[in-house]
Amino acid sequence: MTRTETGPPPAVAPATAVEPGPRGEPPAWARLARRLVEANVAVVTVLALFTALVIGAILITATTPSVLHAWSQVGSAPGHAFYVTGATIGDAYGAIFTGSVISPSALGHAISTGRGWTGAFNPISETLVKAAPLILAGLGVALGFSTGVFNIGAQGQLIAGAIAALYVGFAVHLPIGIHLPLVVLGGAAGGAVAGFIPGILKARTGAHEVIVTIMLNYVFLDLLTYLLTSRPFQQPGQSNAISRTMPATARLPHLFGSTLRANLGFVIALAAALAVAWFARRSTLGFSFRVIGANQRAGRTAGMDVRRVTVLVLVISGALAGLAGTVTLSGTDFFLSTGYGGNIGFDAITVALLGRNRPLGVVLGSLLFAALDVGGASMQVATGIPIDLSSVIQATIVFCIATPMLVRELYRLREAGGGSIQLFMKGWSS
Amino acid sequence: MRLELAGITKRFGSLVANDGVDLVVEPGEIHCLLGENGAGKTTLMNVLFGLLRHDAGEIRVDGETVEFADPGDAVRRGIGMVHQHFMLVPVFTVAENVVLGFEPTRRAGFLDRRRARADVARLSAEFGLEVEPDAVVESLPVGIQQRVEILKALQRDAQLLILDEPTAVLTPQEIQALFGIMRSLAAAGRSILFITHKLKEVMAVADRITVMRLGRVVGTARPEETNEADLAAMMVGRSVELVVRKAPARPGRDVLELSGLTVVDERGVTVVDHVDLRVRAGEIVALAGVQGNGQTELAEAITGLRPVTSGSVRVDGLDLTNATPRQVIRAGVAHVPEDRQGDGLVSGMTIAENLILDVYDQRPYARLGSLDLGEVRRQAERKLVDFDIRAASPTVPVGTLSGGNQQKVVVARELSRPVKLLVASQPTRGLDVGSIEYVHRRIVEERDAGAAVLIVSSELDEVLALGDRIAVMFRGRITGVVAPGTGRERIGLLMAGMEEADLPPSAEGEDGAVTALDLT
Amino acid sequence: MSSSPIALSPAALGAPDRRLVSLGRVRGMGVFLVLLGVITLFGLSLSIPPSEHAQFLLTAPPAVSVPPLSMPVRWVNVPLAVLCAALGALLIARGRRRGTYLIFGAGTVAFLWAFLAWAARGGTLNFEQLLAETLVETTPLVFGSLSGVMCERSGVINIAIEGQFLAGAFLGAMIGSATGNLWLGALAGGFAGGLFGALLAFLSLRYGADQIIVGILIDAFCLGLTNFLLAQVLTPDQTTLNSPSTFSPVAIPLLSKIPIVGPVLFDQNVFVYLAAVLLVVVNVALFSTRWGLRVRAVGEHPKAAETVGIHVLAVRYRNVILGGVIAGLGGASFTIGSVGQFSSDMSSGLGYVALAAMIFGRWRPLGALGAALLFGFSVSLQSFLAVLNVGIPSPFLAMAPYVITIAVVSGLVGRVRPPGADGVPYRRD
Repeated sequence: MTRTETGPPPAVAPATAVEPGPRGEPPAWARLARRLVEANVAVVTVLALFTALVIGAILITATTPSVLHAWSQVGSAPGHAFYVTGATIGDAYGAIFTGSVISPSALGHAISTGRGWTGAFNPISETLVKAAPLILAGLGVALGFSTGVFNIGAQGQLIAGAIAALYVGFAVHLPIGIHLPLVVLGGAAGGAVAGFIPGILKARTGAHEVIVTIMLNYVFLDLLTYLLTSRPFQQPGQSNAISRTMPATARLPHLFGSTLRANLGFVIALAAALAVAWFARRSTLGFSFRVIGANQRAGRTAGMDVRRVTVLVLVISGALAGLAGTVTLSGTDFFLSTGYGGNIGFDAITVALLGRNRPLGVVLGSLLFAALDVGGASMQVATGIPIDLSSVIQATIVFCIATPMLVRELYRLREAGGGSIQLFMKGWSS
Repeated sequence: MRLELAGITKRFGSLVANDGVDLVVEPGEIHCLLGENGAGKTTLMNVLFGLLRHDAGEIRVDGETVEFADPGDAVRRGIGMVHQHFMLVPVFTVAENVVLGFEPTRRAGFLDRRRARADVARLSAEFGLEVEPDAVVESLPVGIQQRVEILKALQRDAQLLILDEPTAVLTPQEIQALFGIMRSLAAAGRSILFITHKLKEVMAVADRITVMRLGRVVGTARPEETNEADLAAMMVGRSVELVVRKAPARPGRDVLELSGLTVVDERGVTVVDHVDLRVRAGEIVALAGVQGNGQTELAEAITGLRPVTSGSVRVDGLDLTNATPRQVIRAGVAHVPEDRQGDGLVSGMTIAENLILDVYDQRPYARLGSLDLGEVRRQAERKLVDFDIRAASPTVPVGTLSGGNQQKVVVARELSRPVKLLVASQPTRGLDVGSIEYVHRRIVEERDAGAAVLIVSSELDEVLALGDRIAVMFRGRITGVVAPGTGRERIGLLMAGMEEADLPPSAEGEDGAVTALDLT
Repeated sequence: MSSSPIALSPAALGAPDRRLVSLGRVRGMGVFLVLLGVITLFGLSLSIPPSEHAQFLLTAPPAVSVPPLSMPVRWVNVPLAVLCAALGALLIARGRRRGTYLIFGAGTVAFLWAFLAWAARGGTLNFEQLLAETLVETTPLVFGSLSGVMCERSGVINIAIEGQFLAGAFLGAMIGSATGNLWLGALAGGFAGGLFGALLAFLSLRYGADQIIVGILIDAFCLGLTNFLLAQVLTPDQTTLNSPSTFSPVAIPLLSKIPIVGPVLFDQNVFVYLAAVLLVVVNVALFSTRWGLRVRAVGEHPKAAETVGIHVLAVRYRNVILGGVIAGLGGASFTIGSVGQFSSDMSSGLGYVALAAMIFGRWRPLGALGAALLFGFSVSLQSFLAVLNVGIPSPFLAMAPYVITIAVVSGLVGRVRPPGADGVPYRRD
């Protein structure tokens, strides 16, 4: 009665769209036009983004004093009210774009003077920095979703991974060629251990992973707080809750020179996306994951070991989240403090939903979310509108993605031919 | 109450489930609605009960046209329904279930539990439906649960009672008891609409019969004017032969040996109770019994899906007691599970993928942990032909196939391995006639190729047609092992819990003699 | 019918009451208590010198009606250890009978008392204040878990409690501050929670979106929205918009004069009383009224409810919105009940703890109360133990509720049985 449906398997979807024979086929432009008004994945995603931007615009309009002031005098100067509203919204969204992708003026300046390239490319570099951990943790959550396991514990697993990576970082001394891979592996292992706990509990006792992983998030946060004030993690000579720093041999090298923070972490994230894509479609273990995600009983009847898969899913999912913690630690932060990781663990859930559990989708979704975060900070600096607007926009996008039927009705779209894109998880009982 | 359905049409997308159905039920009449699975009977009843809205046609009660927006409306007009899948809340008591929706209350909406209990007791006594008002429903046997369903309808003063496939879960004797209840209700002036696909029951109890096929009414009759063969022909549209053609079995060595097999389920109930049974190579043993008497659990225990509490399972000399499903499969056991869509298939995945659920990690499909998708597809294309699976391509999601083709996918997968023992539970449930014949033929072929076959079926016709020996289960025990020629009445008594030894010597002659007790 | 060969045995008609706790769980609880007793005996009693005393302050300083209680730790804890173990043994011996949770609760209290005596050895513990703070920590959890009970008993999973807390806290503070009327603030808090309850209902019931996903998204949305509005609207105008006063304690005549428990239970602000009233009302309504029977039927077997004329979706809409209102009131209790202003992420995950309390309490209001009290106690204990310098690092104490919850969902409670249709979307075919 409960099931996990993540749409038809990707490789199948195109093949199942039974088109009429060549003679009866409408011309290409007509097919394209039809695709644009039906509720397929691309159209729903674009409309979700659009809806979120509209809601963001409404929020800005309703809360910015200058705009409200202009509207209070709408009787005497109606054009002015519209102008101020449009300008404020335009400035805000413009700042998000220039702050996260590229600033045309900075680029023009760099081209004309030959200097300031760093400034021009810094926004996109920051977006890549921010996207890397989201991709990694999002891949982990997505892998869980498509296997019917709801891992809300990316936050805790990320912290566990960072703790392990940090320990490998400061406790051993090796040349970078050996040390860095060890640190990355250590981070993955830390996350894997944190994922193993809900996995084994679910497999052995039936404890629902949603509850266990939520609780473990807080356990690992508290564990981190403890470690930060005790040996050997605390920075020697410090009384604050600050950890030791990563040595140079344990830091991820920059990709585009030392002034831009974009680092190897993004490459690791892309590699992980490729690996997960291969794993899900082509590996035998991934096949069993998909079967058990779609119908656990059928998998069991066919001889698959459901418990083993449950544990493995959470271990792999945790390892990916651990990697997310490692790339932020070894790539940009270099030390741990209380509350490490911010909201990455929860954003990973929304990113997985946005990407519909497909690796490419997770990568694109993470880039979008990272851009909104990075650009949101620029917006706050430039216009004074709080960065939290980005979180509202992000949540609204995913609301729409999770309820494609709402988008369909809102925009009067036709039903897509290629099957539904509804996302389903499980109730408590199974 | 006089009920009249005129031109009822119900479509689901492009599928027409009911196509201009006309039906009249007179007061005090037992009216049978006969049809195969998928003929549209249940859809029609859901329309009548307000669970579905019809696209065209009219419902008239005592001459007055009515519209049912929801079941509440139907109940207020005196229509009661006993659903095929009981509409009872498992954790509620009998009394709570009976009064739900029509609860007696005291001030401020507080439940009057005493009155609820009294209501149940009064109705029980009035209609001879004995039941304990305070028992929790999920702890009751299905026969009693059905009484609760009937009581529920009577508590709402139903003048027309719809019984949707009510006999599927009952023993022959419980069925007789149910017929008695139906007759006494009809005698009291209430109308009964009895839905079934079992000809014998229709002939036994109906005042009038309406036959449906593919969503249409194809005929009406009175039992005294017709016979089972005619009804069957009307039902399926061609004359069918329920007999499976097979040569006499030539049994070889013992393949499946169960000794003292006992299974206690998660609720602590002993569902399989010291079962001793042998199935030999080259024979089909059919396990008969009313559903819910431990057959399912027995099959699951053999195939490693359910822990064995005591006793042992051996296949070809190998001890498989409490082995994992994987070990059981590797030992040469094929399993066609009872719930095709729940246990046999992953409906969202392709036919090709479903065909390798059991061997996905083995050559030629996999190498070094990586799937060979080309090989998977090639093998699947071959099996579509070999097993007569009608599908556009092996990349079609298996959930889009018809029930018969889905079952063929399961059979194709299970019979593609070397098979020593085939365990098939309800292998033809819900299939069309063509698929039934195909599956039966495949099972016999497997037997003739030297496999031991254990069939679990609650269809007595299938058991009689397929089995070389018939074992009957009741409340977890094997009450007898008989030859297929044994009379239905006798098997019915075994299904009702009589021990073989307690039965009088079988009627001689046409029924065939009981074989020597083969309980080992 | 008398001719039926299957005589109906009493066993076939009446069945063991499945509402009793399962035997395995009773034994598990018994073993757990025995272990606690052993730990208490060796770890908390015999290990300390006989002369050490612990002092419990039973009355807050102004009212000196009860003198402090001074106890020789060893000689108090040995009998408590024996009592705890004996209650455990009793559970094992009795098996499945009524009153299991009562005995288990008594054993747990005995252990906790011994633990406090041990922790306070050679010092003083302000016992009354500990109880008072436990109550403060427990109140929002009660609102939250009641919200969960309302939703999940009707078959809708509510993971949005956290978001509804935040929304209620925010709007409660803003309206309470802007109007200067705390009652309006409370009303606004309930409204905000109800609004997001309605959103959860709308998206999951009307559009069939997954309830867990929608819940998590509401949490994310509310966190972002309240942060945005805090920075954009409240902070620039802090004095008018984010400075509500708080409800002051209302002493109930007579009852508040009872020593020790009186001031703790009967001299509280309106939210504590409201939580208590809601607790009783929901519990009685759920198990003794027609409304409750129908709600539970919808949560267990919606199709069965529909066939007897109950409108499944209407029941769910109503319950989910009501649940949202309750959570929103709980949220308001953060701002206008205790702190007096809204701050970023001020529920800090308590919505999830409330969810855990509901599950621990087996989807029953009174069970959830027990769990909420335990969590509230362990949170408030932290600051006291820090003062007493027990030697347990405070992060580990902070972990306790979460670790207990994990232990509970995976061991003590085992496979808890949620409402049969919890989280399952309902469609009429």
